[in-house]
Amino acid sequence: MKRWLPFPLISAFLLAMWLLLNETVAPGHWLLGALFAWAVPFFTRQMQPVRAQKVRRLVVMVQLFFVVLFDICRSCLAVSMVILGPAKRRQNSGFMTVPLDMQAPHGLAMLACILCCTPGTVWVELSADRRQLMLHILDLHDEEWWTHTIKQRYETPLRMIFE
Amino acid sequence: MSPMEQVPLWAAIPVSLLLIIGGLLCVTGALGLLRLSNFYQRIHGPALINTLGAGCFLIASMLFFTVSQSRPVIHELLITVAVLLTAPATTMMLARAAVSRDRRSHRPGVPPHPGQAEGEVHTGSRKE
Repeated sequence: MKRWLPFPLISAFLLAMWLLLNETVAPGHWLLGALFAWAVPFFTRQMQPVRAQKVRRLVVMVQLFFVVLFDICRSCLAVSMVILGPAKRRQNSGFMTVPLDMQAPHGLAMLACILCCTPGTVWVELSADRRQLMLHILDLHDEEWWTHTIKQRYETPLRMIFE
Repeated sequence: MSPMEQVPLWAAIPVSLLLIIGGLLCVTGALGLLRLSNFYQRIHGPALINTLGAGCFLIASMLFFTVSQSRPVIHELLITVAVLLTAPATTMMLARAAVSRDRRSHRPGVPPHPGQAEGEVHTGSRKE
C-alpha cells in the first residue's frame, strides 16, 4: 500500500483538485484524475518530502479553522483601523520574540501560514533550535497578549494535531 | 441586459455587498503602502488584500455564478487555497531579506538572531 500509494492524503487532494478544475464528476474525469493523483506523488517520491508523523483530531482541525477565520476578520478590521486612523497608531510596530514548544515541522509550517495570513503579524525568523520565533507586529500594544494569543489559540491546537 | 439582472434580488444584494467590502479592503491595503512609514510596516498591508479582500471576491463569484447558472460553481476554492498557501512564502522571504540586509549594514532597530536577546525592538518611528 505505502509503496504504491506513498501519500494518500496528497493523492486525495489532487483528485479533488482535478475534479474541481474540470467542474465535473463524469466517470472519465474520475479515471483521469485518479491516474494523475496516483502518478504525481508516486513519481515525485524520490524527492523524499518530510512525512508528517501523524495528523489526527479532526474536531480540533475544524475548531482551529474557525478560530483562524475569526482572527483573520478581526485582524483585518484592526489593521484597517491602524492604516486609516491617526498617525499615532502607526508608531507601535515592532519585533518581538515568542518562545515555542512545538517541534513538528508540519505544525511549524502551518503556524507560519496562519501568522502570515493574519494581517498584522509576519513570521520573520525561527531560531536554529526551533525554540524562539521572531515576529514583526504592526500594532505591538501588548507583548504579553500576543504571546498568549499565539501560544493558546494556534500553537496548542497545532500540537494536538501534529504531535 | 446587465449581468446583475440575471440573478434574483436576494442573491444580488449579498454579491454587491461582498464586492463593495472586498473593494474597500483592497483600497485600504493599497493605501497602507502609502501611509505606513517603513518596509516592515508596509509588509502588513497586502495581507488585507490576500485574505479577506480576495475572500470576499471569491465568495461573491461563487454565489453569483452558482445562482446565475443554477449549478454549484465552487472551483474558486482552488484560488483560495493557492493564495493562502503561496502568500506566506513570499511574505516570509521578503521579511527575512529585509532583516538580513539591515543586519549586514548594521542599521539600528533590527533585533539580533532570535534567542540571543530578549525584549522587543520598535520600528514605529523609522521612516524610509
